[in-house]
Amino acid sequence: MKTASTPLGRFWAEFRENKVAVVALVVVILMMLLALFAAFVSPQNPYDMANLSLMDSRRPPGFVGSGGYTHLLGTDPQGRDLLSAIFYGLRISIQIGLAAGIVSLSLGTTLGILAAYIGGRVETLIMRAVDLQLSFPAILLALVIVAMLGQGKAQLIGALVAAQYAYFARTAYGAAKAERGKDYIEAALATPMSGRLVVLRHLLPNCTPPLIVVATVQIANSISLEATLSFLGLGLPVTEPSLGMLISNGFPYMMSGRYWISFYPGVALIILIVAINLVGDQIRDQFNPRLRK
Amino acid sequence: MSSFLSIDNVSRLFGPNLTTGEKIAAKLGSKVETRSVRAVSDVSLSVRKGETLGLVGESGCGKSTLGRLIAGILPPTSGSVTIDGKPVMESGTKVTTRVQTVFQDPFASLDPRMKVGDTVAEGPIAHGLTTKGAARDYVAGWFERVGLDPVWADRYPHQFSGGQRQRIAIARALAMQPDVLICDEPVASLDVSIQAQIINLFLELTRDLELTCVFISHDLSVVQHVSDRVAVMYLGRIVELGPVAEVFGTPAHPYTSALFGSVPKLVLDADELVHFETIDGEVPSPLSPPSGCYYHPRCPLASAQCSAQQPATQPVAELRAVACHHFEQQLAKASA
Repeated sequence: MKTASTPLGRFWAEFRENKVAVVALVVVILMMLLALFAAFVSPQNPYDMANLSLMDSRRPPGFVGSGGYTHLLGTDPQGRDLLSAIFYGLRISIQIGLAAGIVSLSLGTTLGILAAYIGGRVETLIMRAVDLQLSFPAILLALVIVAMLGQGKAQLIGALVAAQYAYFARTAYGAAKAERGKDYIEAALATPMSGRLVVLRHLLPNCTPPLIVVATVQIANSISLEATLSFLGLGLPVTEPSLGMLISNGFPYMMSGRYWISFYPGVALIILIVAINLVGDQIRDQFNPRLRK
Repeated sequence: MSSFLSIDNVSRLFGPNLTTGEKIAAKLGSKVETRSVRAVSDVSLSVRKGETLGLVGESGCGKSTLGRLIAGILPPTSGSVTIDGKPVMESGTKVTTRVQTVFQDPFASLDPRMKVGDTVAEGPIAHGLTTKGAARDYVAGWFERVGLDPVWADRYPHQFSGGQRQRIAIARALAMQPDVLICDEPVASLDVSIQAQIINLFLELTRDLELTCVFISHDLSVVQHVSDRVAVMYLGRIVELGPVAEVFGTPAHPYTSALFGSVPKLVLDADELVHFETIDGEVPSPLSPPSGCYYHPRCPLASAQCSAQQPATQPVAELRAVACHHFEQQLAKASA
């Protein structure tokens, strides 16, 4: 076998050793594929009102509906096939989680690295603002912002970014501050090279390991935060049901024996978040030299 | 003597980095350190083209800071550094590529996430010494020059030994085609056997490329081996300057003499235990240096004049200068 010599190759070789993390990664990828191809794998298009029949509402798993196919996970109060609704819900949840994660990653990293590189007043200003924000619970901030901006995908992503960029800023700042003092940065600056080039070519790449870890965890967090907001009725409009809204829809029937309406979307949400977190944990362990064997 | 690299009255102060809270606390009379450290104090040197100047002194004497000032990494608080009449820095920014640095620790001075070939090629591409397309061959040429196999250009720093990394760092500095090379303790973190290789490489390169060089080291034997002239620093000031053989043979400053005397030597056919002279006392805090001559609290020749008046730098012989009130006495002692 060819010995891996690139950093990525070595990383993957080590990652493969943890079977749990590999399974989790497969689950994450599988769920992303299901979300991406929801329209092809779902037995029913849950958004198409013509497909829905109220006769099929709140039916238990295994019920054969008027459409002629088996509802493997039952149906919800609108008569939607839950399995299909979960696939479409996954799509929206992952979309929002990824978008919020990527935007807060870019914003937070830019702010954190600028603070560490420039120093002085800029550093104080940015980092104190971040500290101030971190002293509020993320859910409270997101609630306030969604309440102010109203419902909609963009608004929701905005709220999630505002609640989460601070974690990225903090991490990027810490990493960049440590790297900033190292000789290779000074050597590059002494060439001389412009500060912009040194930041992009040397500082940023060397700050990525902790940022990747925070990014995986925060994507899982934004998915669950979005689910929480949707559950509280502050997330997306009813026409775009995410996993959180599906759980919320079934909540009134929880105690009347129709557990599946909330239960299966909940299971899907938990599997997704746990899988992302397991992958994130493995990445974190690999970047932490003290935890290495 | 025609001067190629000129360092004119260069000083560098390091002020404390106070936070807003500390500034308020200091105003309210709390004990916050607000004094500045004068790391380099009014240093003037001139180096001829092709010459290697050794810079020695104890740790904390400011030799690395002086190296950084010359290399254009740090802007001086006052004074200026010029190469061939052109300034190295203008308003706090380095404006020349004619001076390059080799750092002490080759494990820290190479970007761990960049292929070493890219690290070497980066500067020359940014400054138009080569193009992106021609960079591979350009780098290969410098790799061969420093004794590295050009196929290693695609490897990462962690795949190399300390000596190889230092060769890469030297290749990076030389690829910028500098006239002046600053070597900041380039062999201090290497094994002795590797030190010899790097020093030989260095001697060969400075000769072949006609480099003017400032070689900073606390290892006196290394400095003696590579330098034409040597400058001895104490607490931010140059106390003695002269050709290597003369300074090492007959030190004109009591500090130089004590510094050389404290180096352990192999003494053959000595029956008794060999005793090495150490310098009495501690290096004073640069936050509050002593009055007059900075060395007087530790100096065996100190007199009342030494604590009152800072000695001027005066010529001793051709190319030799010393900052000491009693250098004649010291010279007599050294020649005896």
